[in-house]
Amino acid sequence: MSEDGAADGRANAVEVRGLAKVFNAGRPDAVEALVDIDLIIAPGEFVSLIGPSGCGKSTQLRLIANLTEPTTGEVRVNGKPARTARLDQDYGMAFQQAGLFEWRSVAKNVELPLELKGWDRAKRRQRALEMLELVKLPEFAGHFPWQLSGGMQQRVAIARALAAHPPLLLMDEPFGALDEMTREHMQTELLRICGETSTTVVFVTHSIPEAVFLSTRVVVMSPRPGRITDVVEVELGPRRGVDTREAEAFFTKVTEVREALRGIQPAGIEPDIEQVVDEP
Amino acid sequence: MTRSRRRLFGLIWPPVVFGVAFLAIWETAVNVFDFQPYFLPAPSAIWDAFRSNTALIWEATKVSGLNALIGLVLGTAIGVGMAFLLARFRLADDLMSPLAVALNAVPIFVLVAVFNNMYPVTSEVPRRLMATLVVYFIVLINVARGLREVGSVYLDLMRSYAASDVTVLRKVRVPHAVPYLFTALKIAAPASVITAFVSEYFGGLQNGLGSRIVSNIALSNNAEAWAYVLGACLLGLAFFLTAAVLERVATPGGVGARERDRA
Amino acid sequence: MTRARRVWTFALALILVAAVWELYKVIGPENGGTVFGWAILPRANDTAMPHVWEMFSRYGQPENRASDTPILVVVLEGAWFTFRIALAGLALGTAVGLGLAVLMARYKAVERGLLPYLVLSQTVPLIALAPLVVSWGGKLHVGAFEWPRWLSAAVLGAFLAFFPVAVGTLKGLTSTPSASVELMDSYAASWRQTLFKLRFPAALPYIVPALKLAATASVVGVVVAEISTGLAGGIGRLIIEYAREATSDPAKVFTAVFGAAALGLVMAGIVALVDLVGMRNRSREATE
Repeated sequence: MSEDGAADGRANAVEVRGLAKVFNAGRPDAVEALVDIDLIIAPGEFVSLIGPSGCGKSTQLRLIANLTEPTTGEVRVNGKPARTARLDQDYGMAFQQAGLFEWRSVAKNVELPLELKGWDRAKRRQRALEMLELVKLPEFAGHFPWQLSGGMQQRVAIARALAAHPPLLLMDEPFGALDEMTREHMQTELLRICGETSTTVVFVTHSIPEAVFLSTRVVVMSPRPGRITDVVEVELGPRRGVDTREAEAFFTKVTEVREALRGIQPAGIEPDIEQVVDEP
Repeated sequence: MTRSRRRLFGLIWPPVVFGVAFLAIWETAVNVFDFQPYFLPAPSAIWDAFRSNTALIWEATKVSGLNALIGLVLGTAIGVGMAFLLARFRLADDLMSPLAVALNAVPIFVLVAVFNNMYPVTSEVPRRLMATLVVYFIVLINVARGLREVGSVYLDLMRSYAASDVTVLRKVRVPHAVPYLFTALKIAAPASVITAFVSEYFGGLQNGLGSRIVSNIALSNNAEAWAYVLGACLLGLAFFLTAAVLERVATPGGVGARERDRA
Repeated sequence: MTRARRVWTFALALILVAAVWELYKVIGPENGGTVFGWAILPRANDTAMPHVWEMFSRYGQPENRASDTPILVVVLEGAWFTFRIALAGLALGTAVGLGLAVLMARYKAVERGLLPYLVLSQTVPLIALAPLVVSWGGKLHVGAFEWPRWLSAAVLGAFLAFFPVAVGTLKGLTSTPSASVELMDSYAASWRQTLFKLRFPAALPYIVPALKLAATASVVGVVVAEISTGLAGGIGRLIIEYAREATSDPAKVFTAVFGAAALGLVMAGIVALVDLVGMRNRSREATE
């Protein structure tokens, strides 16, 4: 990963330099969420952020999304400051809650970012239906969110996040609320979708197999204060499917990531499933 | 019978049975225990009084109904407008909200006594003003809550779209607040009717349902008084049903399994 | 908003209302006026709209020429009279409401038969019965017991309070998590034990807001009962009386009106206390 951009001269998808974030700075209840973060993500990469609770991975994602501002350091997205990238709508975002509007049909939910960009009705409708085809839910276009299962709602949320074909997709534990089988299915689908659209993805998760399956690189973070302790390259090839999860190489990588995580835990404690604390 | 029709039947017959049983017990109790009419007239006597006074009851209902309707329409319009102001201007919200919450606990309809003094004796305004005020506070509290209490995931999403405050208002807050408006209407509609006829107990014009009930009692025409009470109940029911129908019409398919129970 | 700030802004809001009142007195038409042909502007003269300070200074003056006690005392006594009746009504209504809710939770047939009427009653102005119920006073005898008029007011308060309590409690009793109910089943607990050890405590978050509604409803019921038939001794009667003297003593009626407002607030305060005590060990969700 070159410092100044990918080999073909495109700007890096994400550049984070010297990033630090302190909540409630200057007050007695100040919290150092992130410290000394440097990260470069090239276009087309799938990067997972993984770590125990309090390691700041969600905060990191929100900083990239410019939903909050850094205390020190800078964040650049698509070659621009994060704020400009947000104003230019250079990324799509998916949250742990699908966050679909209950009063809108599935199709109109997917159309939302396009409406805000001022697309005309016919184009919006067409793109929405395309995206629903992509996530394999075209027959639910007229349904309402409450009629869909959790997994289906998340698929709609992903369709919405990709509707405007942004170069970057930010995802904050989008499959966290789903059962294991649905989760594995969604992971395969996500890879297929991002592969077809060549989207760069930054993905926050606390599941090691999920991180390894999806990513080209896994960024391991540690808490108190949050920092990057390790980066694990995952060379499982671009085409990953059901068989990948059974491959020897997969298990090796999972072990590698687990070791990296264990290195930051007190001896004898497995990296546990953390509760995601809503950071302010 | 189809399943849904059977369900509907299953929902209807218990209350019908209870209702009929209740009326039957009432009727026989009056006859058997020889209740004095000033205590409890028989349902049959009430029904007879209703039938023979229908025209008069209708006149009084029209008066109270009109007062309630004006109160409902104006109160809702001003309440919604003010709710928008509160959503937009923090200062307005800080001022209005505690006041609205406090007034919620207070029997504000006594203000009619004050209004009666501010207007000529034959003015329609005091009763209508009171109904407007009562409706206004109900609508204001609920709609402001609907505009304000939008889940953080939606606000994060809109921020990620770099959407302006106005856009967030239009596309997120307003649709979110619509069910709250109808919850408010279903409370405010009966409240408006009640305020309309209770206001008459304080003086002023005496041509609506409230004064008719009292005057009939004074004349010991209890069955007639009950007939007017029946008229008032029917009016209140009509107002509520209108609000419920409006709710159905305005939220097609989107409400689903959501529960909204707010005061 | 912190509590202190809320008190401040509430006081500020009241001051603003008073300021608007006085401002209207300055710029408004002396004998009322019209806007687009509708006579909706009130009279701005001192008889129709006394000054705000006159309303408060009136408290220090006696009720009428015949007595010496300041009207403040009279109003407080009236408010206290009404308050006790409203409290009795609230207690009665709550007891009946809770009981009925338990019955409906226990027997599905009762629920299906009665619940529609309960829901209906919240849309139908049963308060219209107030004058009728109050008229029982003094006329009704059951054996040696003569129905006192204040009891009618309490019954009306109870009547209005009972509906929100019944509906809210039923909702709470039937919303118990099924996992917990199955746990009690695994202990072979009786329905009564499950009711008192599980369902009622679990239902508190539903009962307490219903109590708040019921408290206000009780006050409304009692005041309406008082004003519809002039029940002597209560604040409602005072409002009616003083309103009749408004042309000669315009500030008088305000003393009673404020008294009624204070009454409502005190009642709300009491329920808020119950809320605090009853829910003190629970996580606070946004209830406002």
